[in-house]
Amino acid sequence: MILQIALRELRSLFLSPLAWIILGVIQAIMAWKFLGFIDYFFTIQADLIKIKDAPGVTDLVIAPLFDFSKVLLLIICPLITMRLLSEEKQSGSIKLLLSSPVSMTEIVLGKYLGALLFFIIVILITGIMPLSLLSSADLDMGKFASGMLGQFLTIAAFTALGLYMSAVSSQPVNAAAGTFGLLILFSIINIAGNATTEGNNFFNYISITHHSIQMLRGIVNTADIAYFILFSIGFILLSIRQLDSQRMQS
Amino acid sequence: MSALIQAHHLYKSYRDTHAVIDVSIELQQGEILGLLGPNGAGKSSCLQMLCGVLAPSAGEILINGADLLDKPNQAKRNIGYLPDKPPLYPELTVNEYLNYAANLRRVKKSQIKNLREQAIQHCGLEDHSTRLIGNLSKGYQQRVGIAQAIIHQPDIIILDEPTVGLDPIQLAEIRQLILKLGKQHGIILSTHILPEVQAVCSRVQMIHQGKSVFNKTIQDLKQNHKIRLQLQRNIDLESIKQLPGVDTAKQTADNTFLLCGEQLHNSLAGISQHCVENSWGLIELSPIDNTLEQIFLNLTSGEDAHHNEQAS
Repeated sequence: MILQIALRELRSLFLSPLAWIILGVIQAIMAWKFLGFIDYFFTIQADLIKIKDAPGVTDLVIAPLFDFSKVLLLIICPLITMRLLSEEKQSGSIKLLLSSPVSMTEIVLGKYLGALLFFIIVILITGIMPLSLLSSADLDMGKFASGMLGQFLTIAAFTALGLYMSAVSSQPVNAAAGTFGLLILFSIINIAGNATTEGNNFFNYISITHHSIQMLRGIVNTADIAYFILFSIGFILLSIRQLDSQRMQS
Repeated sequence: MSALIQAHHLYKSYRDTHAVIDVSIELQQGEILGLLGPNGAGKSSCLQMLCGVLAPSAGEILINGADLLDKPNQAKRNIGYLPDKPPLYPELTVNEYLNYAANLRRVKKSQIKNLREQAIQHCGLEDHSTRLIGNLSKGYQQRVGIAQAIIHQPDIIILDEPTVGLDPIQLAEIRQLILKLGKQHGIILSTHILPEVQAVCSRVQMIHQGKSVFNKTIQDLKQNHKIRLQLQRNIDLESIKQLPGVDTAKQTADNTFLLCGEQLHNSLAGISQHCVENSWGLIELSPIDNTLEQIFLNLTSGEDAHHNEQAS
């Protein structure tokens, strides 16, 4: 049942121009950026040879590309997740779900999975691009895989947050604004962690950036993975609770 | 056999306002219950509670014997619900949408196609099954809404104002459809169109300001005949009761009586003749209109509802 709801969500996404526009725009921007990083790599390649244990093409092209991709994901995430629940509430189609023999958990998980599947497509097609270097360069596949994992975990967390904002608000635009604000907050909150000496561990710990940056360097830490999983599960649970309480009140 | 729906003492409050106050609804197999009431009376809230979209503030709902709050999945399987605004996805085609609805209602994969064709045929959507829902006219969207409510052949069909926005031909077709469905299923429909209730429903329940104020079968309504009789002379009640066709009679004012009887409408001539022959001084002999409209207006015109219920 979760899969049915997810596939319907994905199908509706691809029936609207929004999904195609996002895929196209992301691909174009990423390609441009990719080209820029490769260009930069060529200009400093000569100097790199002189350095012992110099960073390779994975560190100088793929890692910054993935880092940049997170900024794009942060921008497109609210556009996709804002509709998930608030649009259904607005149009009244959520009554079909609520009057069907489907639990609130299944509804929320179905919606979450639907959006997540779309983002998996996004990170896969942007991930294919650096793989084209395989024909002419030695890529560190371990670092590449850990970078992709980082992308996936990041967007999984973004989506959960977006879903929750969509559950809270009855209008998609409000959900988008809220998601956008919170995502930026979670991304930059570690600046406070770096600035102050006291309590910087806490700010670092709740920051998305702090946990995703390690994976770009090829370090997969269970604490980081746990952070993303807990973040996602937390907001999914909050969404379920939110919908349940709306059923009681509204 | 137990009732399809047994909802007892439902309450629903939104912050300070009480939308539904102590409403009980029962529905039997093969019955079409019309839920009547002015706008904002609490009809939609009642229906939403019955199909699990809203949780009641207090009360108990049994669907086919299964408690809607304890075993929601088992209970909801037997319900098909059309909200006041059909819950459609405009970007899907009619077929895709109905498949999705059938899946949500946990119809077996092998049966989906068959049931979908049946629902499409029932609702007269054969020529539109591959069109996008967003491109259909309002009337056809309404039909798609009805199709999703009946696709899993539920025991109970709940329709919230199903005939809004339909042209007269479609209106007649949908009424036929409801009558046809009503033979095998139990149906609750809410409306504020009175002729519709008289045309299709077997029982009427009226809701006013969140309270249930009237609950009678259409059969009862039709048989409930009353006559007001006013005379010049002072005649005692016993003689009045002897008049042809009178079952009960009571004095409402000086020389004015209210006569009740099932065969009263056939006895008007006999009564007037009796009055004239005995020189009672007949002033007025008028059947009291007991149409649904009269009752509806009486009950909702702001007077004490219980008083009216007794009078009617």
